[in-house]
Amino acid sequence: MADALLAITVLWGFVFIYAIMATMDFGAGFWAMVYINREKTKATNIANRYLSPTWEVTNTFIVALVIAVYSLFPRAAYSLGTILLIPGSLILLLLALRSAFLVFSNIATDYRKPLTYISGITGIIIPGILISVLPVTQGQYVDVKDITANLDLTALLTSPNVYAFIGFAISSTLFLSSLLLADYSKASNEMEAYRVYLRDGKIMGPISLVMAFLIMITLQNEATWLFDKMMEDLPLLILSVAFFLIVGIGLYAPNPFRKGVKGMPRLSVIAVTIQYLIASYVYGKAHLPYIIYPNVTIESAFTDPNSFRAVFITYIIGFAILFPGFIYFWSLFMNDKRYLRQKG
Amino acid sequence: MDDLLLARSLFGTTMAFHIIFATIGVGLPLMMLIAELLYQKTKDQEYVVMAKRWTKTFAVLLGVGIPTGTIAGVQLSLLWPGFMEVVGRVMPLPFQIEMYAFFIEALFMSIYVYAAERIAPWMRILSLTLVAIGALASAVLITNVHAFQGTPRGFRYENGQYVDIDPWAAFFNPSFFVTAGHVALSAYVVGAFVVTSVAAYKMMKNEAGSRVYNFHKKALKISLIVGGIFAFFTATNGHEAAQYLHEYQPEKLAAAEGLFETQSHAPLAIGGFTDRETQTIKWGIEIPWALSYLAGDSFDTVVVGLNDFPEAMWPPLFVHTLFNAMVGIGTLLILVPLFVFAWRKILKKDYYPKWMLWGLVTMGPLAVLAIEFGWVFACTGRQPWVIYRVLTTAAASTTATNLNVLFISFIIVYIILGIAVVSVLLYFFRRNTELDDLERAEKKGVPLFSSNS
Ligand code: HDD
Ligand code: HEM
Ligand code: HEM
Repeated sequence: MADALLAITVLWGFVFIYAIMATMDFGAGFWAMVYINREKTKATNIANRYLSPTWEVTNTFIVALVIAVYSLFPRAAYSLGTILLIPGSLILLLLALRSAFLVFSNIATDYRKPLTYISGITGIIIPGILISVLPVTQGQYVDVKDITANLDLTALLTSPNVYAFIGFAISSTLFLSSLLLADYSKASNEMEAYRVYLRDGKIMGPISLVMAFLIMITLQNEATWLFDKMMEDLPLLILSVAFFLIVGIGLYAPNPFRKGVKGMPRLSVIAVTIQYLIASYVYGKAHLPYIIYPNVTIESAFTDPNSFRAVFITYIIGFAILFPGFIYFWSLFMNDKRYLRQKG
Repeated sequence: MDDLLLARSLFGTTMAFHIIFATIGVGLPLMMLIAELLYQKTKDQEYVVMAKRWTKTFAVLLGVGIPTGTIAGVQLSLLWPGFMEVVGRVMPLPFQIEMYAFFIEALFMSIYVYAAERIAPWMRILSLTLVAIGALASAVLITNVHAFQGTPRGFRYENGQYVDIDPWAAFFNPSFFVTAGHVALSAYVVGAFVVTSVAAYKMMKNEAGSRVYNFHKKALKISLIVGGIFAFFTATNGHEAAQYLHEYQPEKLAAAEGLFETQSHAPLAIGGFTDRETQTIKWGIEIPWALSYLAGDSFDTVVVGLNDFPEAMWPPLFVHTLFNAMVGIGTLLILVPLFVFAWRKILKKDYYPKWMLWGLVTMGPLAVLAIEFGWVFACTGRQPWVIYRVLTTAAASTTATNLNVLFISFIIVYIILGIAVVSVLLYFFRRNTELDDLERAEKKGVPLFSSNS
């Protein structure tokens, strides 16, 4: 049991890291599209400055995630592979168009606008489909016949819970990315872009919160088991909402360190990350021991112990090697004034 | 088409598309690295310009290579869930370690491109070296999964259970080094000859002796030397790969050679098509005894023929043609650089005639074709097994039906991406000519690498 729990924690960690990075990534692509005609504010430039060096790294995390599923829980990979053929393929098709046109838009400058539109629009749909994996694992749309499982697409597409998840994914994508870009433009000294993104954050924040409540309300009817178990951690859920209020302080309060500047975006970014961390912990914990309710549990899906040990060792060695690389990367693109404050 | 055939076609199409970008993605960084090192040695700005232009090409190709690779990785689970379940249990290490290779490539590629002007020259070379190592490692590791499919090790399969699992034994399966070596070497062949094609084409379009002509002449020289050397290594290593087939997958070698009867002093059939009815090779040339010699280094070597296996276990027989095409191209890729060398050094001709340049233009596409033929031979020649003598392809396949809509959607997206990537490359290099870059390189303080327009 202990090993399986360790494994699911690693997997959950990957899901969380990817979720945060992906919202920043897809959101930045969308904002780059929205502000493409308002050249003066530099909002599009800021989004691209963040996006250009990072999208490849972000994409690697989704691959890491898929690999983690099949090397830690092969049985779950079997069921998920069968169930998710249609939504999974849809994500892949959109992702291919999105990544390719994102790169092309930076190279073929005369065609930047149409190319950015393609990557921006495909990009904002992806989180909506990606998150539908969660309600699918809650089990209510899966038909199990003999040993094969099938996704009941009609049930999926008529479920209010699924739409609440989709709405939440898209609004959080826009919310988190606007907070990050606000922080990024402030560090880059682009105050006009900063004000634009601060305003977007103020709009998207409450919408995301409403969507989160909608998920809980619809969950109560559609996956009562999950709802009940989440409610056992009510204090944590309340704490998560408290962090949302701190995000609000970061958006509205005057900055104590710089006169005349409203808002402390760095505070908001940190608070929102903690908020999502707590909420997803509660969701993940309530979901246990099921990977796909009610047939696949972390126990029944767990890999061979020998393989687990070997994989776990590579995780430790791999991340020890990569860590300095990530730090160097961060210092060059998130923290280097020469990069942040470049012209154009 | 039935669903199994559709799943195979869909996956094969994905791989055939990904492999173009993936192989160039492994081969080109080596060329970039050579150019950077030549610059450090000679201080000749033209090498920096080469490195820059290849880097741009590489960055554009990444825009397709990465998403199609992501498709390949996820499609393995979507289309072959039974296979990935076994891989997850027994052979997770290559995929796992490959992740780190991808991360290294992604991190340092961004650093090399977007921070080129802010980091020290040695750091630039280190970043590029890490990109090249990351790309090579990802190719070697993914190929290891393919090697495992042919020579599975590290477990026992009993009563439908996988027991005694040893993931490191699976990782170091017998054909790992030979197969991975072949893929790595052939990727450098492709990277070099793709450069040859472009350089030869540009030499044709420009006045002999002009600045642009000389620039490309330099690139042509590097690429022919690198390509020729690696083509030679690829062929010697390919010979070893064939001997491994003789030892570990005899039916695959028999299908590759169109050999039906088990025999010593077996003949080697070159070219032609295998005919199932008459059990002969039509239109081929036979070299007596040669196959026995190639398979086991002696004419008495007994080579197993297809008739020793039930016909249901035969791989498709057209793999003979694919195998021959790969070897044929491989031979050509060794001979052509030698010929050019002889032309210039022995015949002492100091010009490149038009027919020769046209010939050189075809080298890149031919090398890519060899890759395609080699892979389809390797995967299709393994049929009906997805893991040799353990798991059949049919048993590993998804149970979902109606795959045709998906198949068509993916093909459409690949066509869009294919057209877009070629157009973007043509557009970019038309807007940024060699002369623009040469001028930029001469002026101090003007960014070269991060210049987009
Ligand atoms: C530029 C590309 C290229 C060239 C010139 C060659 N090959 Fe190759 N070959 C490949 C590219 C390739 C490949 C695409 O990379 C394959 C597919 C699977 C693999 O392991 O490598 C391959 C597979 C492959 C296999 C099957 C391995 C298996 O199924 O496990 C054999 C026996 C050979 N090759 C032999 C040769 C020989 C004798 C060559 C002599 C010239 C040769 N190849 C040239
Ligand atoms: C990169 C170039 C590759 C190409 C062009 C290629 C091509 C193909 C083709 C055509 C098929 C369908 C087989 C058939 O016709 O029956 C296939 C199947 C398959 N290939 Fe490959 N392949 C490539 C690389 C790989 C690699 C590196 C792996 C290892 C991970 C792999 C794993 C598989 C699997 C699992 C199948 C499905 C089962 C099967 O039909 O055997 N392929 N591939
Ligand atoms: C032997 C054949 C293959 C080679 C040489 C190869 C090589 C590469 C390389 C060099 C890249 C980096 C992108 C680029 O430079 O274009 C890449 C990307 C990728 N490949 Fe392949 N690949 C092969 C087959 C496969 C197969 C069979 C899979 C599926 C399991 C796969 C999965 C991926 C993934 C997931 C990526 C994207 C990684 C990222 O997000 O950074 N590749 N491949």
